[in-house]
Amino acid sequence: MSAKKESLGKTVGIVVAVCLVCSIVVSGAAVGLRELQQTNAKLDKQTNILVAAGLYETGMSNDTIEAKFEEFVVPRYVDLDSGEFTEAPSPDYDMYKAAKVTETSTPVTNSNVGFQRRPNVASVYLVRDEAGKVTRVVLPVHGSGLWDLMYGFLAVDADGKTVKELIYYQQKETPGLGGEVQNPAWQEKWDGKKLYENGEVAIKVKKNANPDNPHSVDALSGATLTSNGVQNTIQYWVGEQGFGPFLKKQAWRS
Amino acid sequence: MADTKEMKKVLFGPILDNNPIALQVLGICSALAITTKLETALVMSLALTSVVAFSNLFISAIRNQIPSSVRIIIQMTIIASLVIVVDQILKAYSYEISKQLSVFVGLIITNCIVMGRAEAYAMKSPPLMSFLDGIGNGLGYSFILICIGTVKELFGFGTILGFEILPLVQNGGWYQGNGLLILPFSSFFLIGGMVWIIRTFRPEQVEPKE
Repeated sequence: MSAKKESLGKTVGIVVAVCLVCSIVVSGAAVGLRELQQTNAKLDKQTNILVAAGLYETGMSNDTIEAKFEEFVVPRYVDLDSGEFTEAPSPDYDMYKAAKVTETSTPVTNSNVGFQRRPNVASVYLVRDEAGKVTRVVLPVHGSGLWDLMYGFLAVDADGKTVKELIYYQQKETPGLGGEVQNPAWQEKWDGKKLYENGEVAIKVKKNANPDNPHSVDALSGATLTSNGVQNTIQYWVGEQGFGPFLKKQAWRS
Repeated sequence: MADTKEMKKVLFGPILDNNPIALQVLGICSALAITTKLETALVMSLALTSVVAFSNLFISAIRNQIPSSVRIIIQMTIIASLVIVVDQILKAYSYEISKQLSVFVGLIITNCIVMGRAEAYAMKSPPLMSFLDGIGNGLGYSFILICIGTVKELFGFGTILGFEILPLVQNGGWYQGNGLLILPFSSFFLIGGMVWIIRTFRPEQVEPKE
């Protein structure tokens, strides 16, 4: 029996057949489920933006999230150098992909933010109230933590100077230590902090920060490197190379 | 056809008598990494159980056709395909959890339990029994993961499945979370402890002294 099994033709035949069946199954699953996955990824992003916008309530259904997002959030694009609004470079523009292409990005200088290039055009999300007045601006931020890049949304008040929320939605920090960047109790500490003092970026993440000091946020205990990462991220993104010019011009007011 | 007694043994034996983690010490890597929260442990158990059950079923179904010179590669192909399908399904229906499990779903491919059962059982047994054997071993793995996940989440974060049981100091409660239990390697101690407990009640599992 084993002699029959070992014949070359049969071996090749079986291998090809198994591979063929497996590849059909795998590609079938990938194609069949792609739409659902994309909806999920989009919904996840919208949920996080709503959290940063202060509009999210636990237990909101998927339809409510989508409807709220449509109603109150306006996605726009910003030319980071000039700080002015611009048209979307392409219909499904992704700033993180654009940062990997030399033509659509600029090198990062003098910063420990943890990545080499930043996109020329960034997404921002304007949050409006019922009357259509902009109440918050949600800025995507990212920078390295201890283990890997951390991605989040920084919500700034319509005055362009006051932090409302800092929501991390993707990070690989140590659970319980650096992972506490996602702890609501720590996130609350950012509410009302001032980004600038005399036109310079002044916000600091530091140990034993006085809660009444408008420019400092208490660092995470046991997670110095993650806290430094958050500091570098915010410092970079609200600074001159990041959204600084945009926050200064306040193009959303016009 | 095997009788019900044999089926029961195949299905429930791996939970205590022949546990893949505690006795055979297989599949430790994922048991260390994703048991920090009970929820991820549950989903991981479900994913592994379905993969091991179906890989056993399919491999056993074609076991008489598989040429023995390339049998490992064929097993791997089937297992890898199943894992990708499971990963895709998780991404489509349980996006949050698939984000947390990240790379570990993909690593089921290299989980020794799946390969071990395919090689040791499915290659020699009929499809139905192999399927049950897969479910049984999945249950054995799940049993350990759930125990460890419960202990780690309860004493590390003060919660069970996200519900607060012991209010943490940093949230204004009285319980100081155990930082060691949050880290992946604390599972070593817990798995060691479970092996000890199981062997206290099943002394026949203790290896004879050399």
